[in-house]
Amino acid sequence: MGTWTSEIVQQESKSVRDRIRAFREPRGFGVLLIVALCIPAALAIAGLLSDILAGTRYFGSNPVKEGEHFLGRWTLRLLVATLTITPLRHITGWNWLAKHRRTLGLFAFGYVTLHWIAYAFLDVQLDWGELKTDLLKRPYIFLGMTALALLVPLVVTSTKKMIRRLGGKRWNRLHKLVYIVTILGVIHYSMAVKQDLTYPLTYALVLAILYGWRLSRWSRKPAIGPSVA
Amino acid sequence: MLIRRAADIRPSEITSETLYWNRREWIAAAGAIGVAAMSPTSLSALGAARQQGPVARGTPYGLQPNDKPTPWEDVTNYNNFYEFGTGKDDPAQNAQEFTTRPWTVKVDGFVTKPADYQLEDFLKPHKLEDRIYRHRCVEAWSMVIPWRGFSLSEMLKRAEPTSQAKFVEFTTLLDPRRMPGQRSSVLDWPYIEGLRLDEAMHPLTLMVNGVYGRDLPNQNGAPLRLHVPWKYGFKSIKSIVRIRLVEKEPVNTWKVSQSSEYGFYANVNPEVDHPRWSQATERRIGEFLKRKTLMFNGYADQVASMYTGMDLRKNY
Repeated sequence: MGTWTSEIVQQESKSVRDRIRAFREPRGFGVLLIVALCIPAALAIAGLLSDILAGTRYFGSNPVKEGEHFLGRWTLRLLVATLTITPLRHITGWNWLAKHRRTLGLFAFGYVTLHWIAYAFLDVQLDWGELKTDLLKRPYIFLGMTALALLVPLVVTSTKKMIRRLGGKRWNRLHKLVYIVTILGVIHYSMAVKQDLTYPLTYALVLAILYGWRLSRWSRKPAIGPSVA
Repeated sequence: MLIRRAADIRPSEITSETLYWNRREWIAAAGAIGVAAMSPTSLSALGAARQQGPVARGTPYGLQPNDKPTPWEDVTNYNNFYEFGTGKDDPAQNAQEFTTRPWTVKVDGFVTKPADYQLEDFLKPHKLEDRIYRHRCVEAWSMVIPWRGFSLSEMLKRAEPTSQAKFVEFTTLLDPRRMPGQRSSVLDWPYIEGLRLDEAMHPLTLMVNGVYGRDLPNQNGAPLRLHVPWKYGFKSIKSIVRIRLVEKEPVNTWKVSQSSEYGFYANVNPEVDHPRWSQATERRIGEFLKRKTLMFNGYADQVASMYTGMDLRKNY
């Protein structure tokens, strides 16, 4: 009796696992993903324009700050999402996810660009002296700008042609920069908040889990590690 | 409307401050008798969309010609009041159930007449005034707010500070059941603030129990708060339960939490930056283009003499 039950359980769990593994990429997923990732940006732009020009309060009483932070948080979410692809592939077997990582990465860059535009144009209002002081004297701005700058080579080398030109190994090594960029992003976030570290620490925890997963894999299988990361 | 009128006055045209205030009062009075829609066409789209809620009335104190009261909607929904959460809109949401009666205010320390007052008794001797003040947050945003209250000095005189009293220490209610933000250790509860005795006795220092002619909403620090218009907002402590006259400089909560960024004096000063941002400019809530921050938030004529000889860079 006991054996019989456990067999069923095993069979069932196996079939659930198989069913997950057998899940293929839904048709049009790539397009859907792109459309979905445009929505927050579209809302941010429309909301900010309306708040600034028409005096609405979609982003509350201080729309510039709120909108700026909104875009920053989406940047972090997308960076974390790019780092989730590999663990997710390994757990679910959905290798088709891999090709969407580029979409996530490029959108992360898009959001950080909007974040920077909101900061420089709407918040600091192109006060050059202030931008310079921010960059040189305020470490959290410096870290944020560094993270943004480090994303540029990744964007430039994101095309198939560039992957071929660099060669898989070198390209992989270069794109490891995203680990540093994301850490810088989370530090930038935690230094920017006034007092309540709940959200930055949540990001830090998620990063710790993602990086921990990789470390444990690399230490077990040093040969494969780098190529799947 | 009040606002457009004020903006029409060029600084050079203001020959006497009294005349200017008279004009403002006249306009406020006009508003009060319902001539509010006199020149709707002169309102900008932004102004129109934001002109909601009650009309601001009161005597303007230290307002600049282009200052206009911040709409009720913003004054009551954009708040730093960590006792009800750290988000700007948290207090408006989380303070709804907060009960402010009965409320006791303890006045003690170096006074000849210490007492525990019921709020009603605490307020009774005072004539309430509507005063429109500028408010500047340390986070580089600002508002113009029509408070209702009375000078703290009147209340302090009644308590009769002794010669040992050098500072006034204020304490916010400590009750994590009623103030959910206090269940987190984001600040060292209860919130404490302090003023030097001369600052506390300054006629501008206001004990506030109302805004826009109404009782103070919970999220704005009901039932009793302070407003010190020439200092950063965090000095203006909310939901006060204790006023203690002391000999030594009180240790205020934000200074405890981050002394490199928040000091005891916290006078508005465009020349002394916060370590993480400039204090030279500010964003007036409801406006897009930034404004220059004024020394002592525009109250220099009234208060600067209290700080002569002091290094304001050190005593930030």
